[in-house]
Amino acid sequence: MTRTLTHLERLEAESIHIMREVVAESERPVMLYSVGKDSAVMLHLARKAFYPSPPPFPLLHVDTTWKFQDMYKLRDQMANESGMELLVYQNQEAMDRGINPFDHGPLHTDMWKTEGLKMALDHYGFDAAFGGARRDEEKSRAKERIFSFRTATHGWDPKNQRPELWNLYNARKTKGESIRIFPISNWTELDIWQYIHLNDIPIVPLYFSAKRPTYEYQGQLFMADDIDRLERVMGKRPEITERSIRFRTLGCFPLTGAVESDAKTLPEVIQEMLLTTTSERQGRVIDKDGGDASMEKKKQEGYF
Amino acid sequence: MSEADTIYKTDALIAEDIDAYLETHQHKSLLRFITCGSVDDGKSTLIGRLLYDSKMIFEDQLEALQADSKRVGTQGQEIDFALLVDGLAAEREQGITIDVAYRFFATEKRKFIVADCPGHEQYTRNMVTGASTADLAILLVDARKGIIVQTRRHAYLAHLIGVKNIVLAVNKMDLIDYDQARYDAICDDFRAFVREAGIAENFTCIPISGLAGDNITSRSANTPWYGGETLMEHLETVELNNTDDQSKAFRLPVQWVNRPNLDFRGFSGLISTGSVKPGDAIRVLPSGKTSTVTKIVTLEGELEEAVAGQSVTICFADEVDCSRGNVIATADNPPEVSDQFESTIVWMDDDPLHVGRSYWLKLGTQMVSATVQQPKYTVNVNTMEHLAAKTLELNAIGVVELATDKPIVFEPYTTSRALGGYILIDKITNRTVGAGMLHFSLRRAQNVHWQATDIGRDEHANLKNQKPRVLWFTGLSGSGKSTIANEVEKRLNLMNRHTFLLDGDNVRHGLNKDLGFTEADRIENIRRVGEVAKLMTDAGLIVLTAFISPFRAERDMVRAMMPEGEFVEIFVDTPLEVAEERDVKGLYKKARSGALKNFTGIDSPYEAPLNPEIRVNTVEMTAADAAEHIIRLLMPLK
Repeated sequence: MTRTLTHLERLEAESIHIMREVVAESERPVMLYSVGKDSAVMLHLARKAFYPSPPPFPLLHVDTTWKFQDMYKLRDQMANESGMELLVYQNQEAMDRGINPFDHGPLHTDMWKTEGLKMALDHYGFDAAFGGARRDEEKSRAKERIFSFRTATHGWDPKNQRPELWNLYNARKTKGESIRIFPISNWTELDIWQYIHLNDIPIVPLYFSAKRPTYEYQGQLFMADDIDRLERVMGKRPEITERSIRFRTLGCFPLTGAVESDAKTLPEVIQEMLLTTTSERQGRVIDKDGGDASMEKKKQEGYF
Repeated sequence: MSEADTIYKTDALIAEDIDAYLETHQHKSLLRFITCGSVDDGKSTLIGRLLYDSKMIFEDQLEALQADSKRVGTQGQEIDFALLVDGLAAEREQGITIDVAYRFFATEKRKFIVADCPGHEQYTRNMVTGASTADLAILLVDARKGIIVQTRRHAYLAHLIGVKNIVLAVNKMDLIDYDQARYDAICDDFRAFVREAGIAENFTCIPISGLAGDNITSRSANTPWYGGETLMEHLETVELNNTDDQSKAFRLPVQWVNRPNLDFRGFSGLISTGSVKPGDAIRVLPSGKTSTVTKIVTLEGELEEAVAGQSVTICFADEVDCSRGNVIATADNPPEVSDQFESTIVWMDDDPLHVGRSYWLKLGTQMVSATVQQPKYTVNVNTMEHLAAKTLELNAIGVVELATDKPIVFEPYTTSRALGGYILIDKITNRTVGAGMLHFSLRRAQNVHWQATDIGRDEHANLKNQKPRVLWFTGLSGSGKSTIANEVEKRLNLMNRHTFLLDGDNVRHGLNKDLGFTEADRIENIRRVGEVAKLMTDAGLIVLTAFISPFRAERDMVRAMMPEGEFVEIFVDTPLEVAEERDVKGLYKKARSGALKNFTGIDSPYEAPLNPEIRVNTVEMTAADAAEHIIRLLMPLK
């Protein structure tokens, strides 16, 4: 008897297939884990793909030291629960130079994240890295392959991608080259939320609304996750107000805009997302620097 | 119901009962489709419209779009939907789409993934890529232009890749005043074409306007004469490929063996066709061993049944050998195993097919070496004519014979995309150079068997008290290969070793006298020499070969034929100026004057070895010195 698979079943099967191909055909895979909702789904899929074995690769968190405290907490908990090794990498040079989101603007992302990622991959010698990017996030992502090849210097050439036919992935690479693999390429934001809901996947509580200390900066609303540190770096203590807020996307706390919201449960979050009129990445400051083609430019330089 | 009503109703449900909304949404199915059309047929506009009408565009994106439309749009003050989907910066400047892009939207019944395929001539490979995962193809036609060469090409390609559902969307109806006669004529034209070309039995014709929104989500008042479905209705109800796949015989290409401890051994993979239950009798291919399925394991517990399209891990009742590349199949109806095929290939690389060269072939989870014969013919995708061809250039589609170095498990592509579709990978650059579809196995593979003999290569070698080897001399014409090889053989002979020297010129007087100097013939020349050298090493000999052998891929092919350590690549490194200055046979002079074509170093490339076992420099060394140097590095000979 035949039965029609649901779209989530098909997406899940595809992602699991991709992960198994990578494990079978690469020497030293790693999963980039950013602790966000997309990472949460990716990690869950990895656990399903290899069960009853634990996923046969470590988790790598490229840390900027500016993430929300709740993110660090969930990160450690999930690594523990999945039985996977957790590697945390912080760019020492950025640390020594005191690079921060206030004084250094785009350099903060560049040094902590872009450079930090490259250094981490080189440091551990990983030849394949899973990332949680989705094609529906942004226009240049829509054209990225599931297996994305990077030169020895981690560059991406959008004109020189390998065609991907059927579910056949060519994972062969020459020495020094590495692959970034996006197993949830074909998932949308709604798919991610729905999958989290159906599978009870733990996510950072910041996605749900609660009363939190906030401040305004350059017209956007932020959460004062570490007020003392903010004061030290900004040179003055920002004016703090309690508000009911939540986050649609998570990154460094001084760079991630909050939204005022009353959505306290997953269905309420999904409801708010469906009725909302602005796209997910609007809360992130990062896409706006460099104008129109900023993400494409960042990727050519090696950003995930 | 009007389009505005649909949106309102969805919004109301989300607002009033999110749980009910989620419940319906999680039972949606997934349809993947491609859109094909040539430049200016309104493809991007149609996709933009579908995204817009299904509310996949957010306010901030819409604001950006409105601003962009005024700045660089082609619709005056109106919204230019095309700007939504033209992604990369380079394309936006040129105003064209250069690659496959994937878009997502959902309605109340289905979720959709759209592969947006560019329509220009040089990008056949992009359309083939997009179509390979599609359930349906929308061919866009400009109502003012009717069926053009590109439409025929897209229909042919969709048919070739096996897309079963074709929609002919006659676009820009607003620009021909919704003229029914014109529309009917276009549909008739297309019907005549598909009948003549013998392709796409079923197709659906729909009159639309992407720009004005006619017959996209709601029936248009401008086409009262049209009684069929709207485009969206059709997309929401058409049958899916993976439902069809479930009714076929069970096949699971094994990706990975799951072995966390000694008590558990499971086989992981994506079920390509059919279904499986505990208790089912299965057969592992190519070995043919049988067993019974005991359980289907998942993180959420064991399954009672799994079907095509699911990724699973299954366990057997017996300890049967099974590893990545094997296929688990229903025991009484297994797929075929063969190493010679007829196949269609779409060439996707700037570097054309090298007939006879060894490529990696990936089919399912199997990876083997494969060589392709000279095409039987290529297909002109505009006229469907069959043309004679010596090779396949970028975007060419040809029918060929193909041989793999070991048997693979397969099914005809028309039966199974997963076991009949493959990619070819260049062994040096690692690029994906071609995509192929197997038609059937050629009989001769089944009738020629390997005859086992009692006295083998070890016995032969022991008797001769030496380790068999191939000393492969490579270098430019006039570099000194034959002279040095001769010196080396003389020394080996004095040391009581059994040798044989295969010289390039000499072999061309006999075994290879039917071959010329084209690239394909040069590859075949080296392949035959490799096979002869292999037989001689099996007989226990130390074989010396002196061939220009200009291509890395062929030297590596011979290396791969030999056991590890028996192939010794000796690079006779002489600069072109020196070799040309020597010009012992007067060949460089002839080549320079144009009297001799395809001469290595002049008008045909020489690819120097990257990591030869031995390198000799004939500018600094005499032939005797070079021979001594080589002998020293070869020791011990046993």
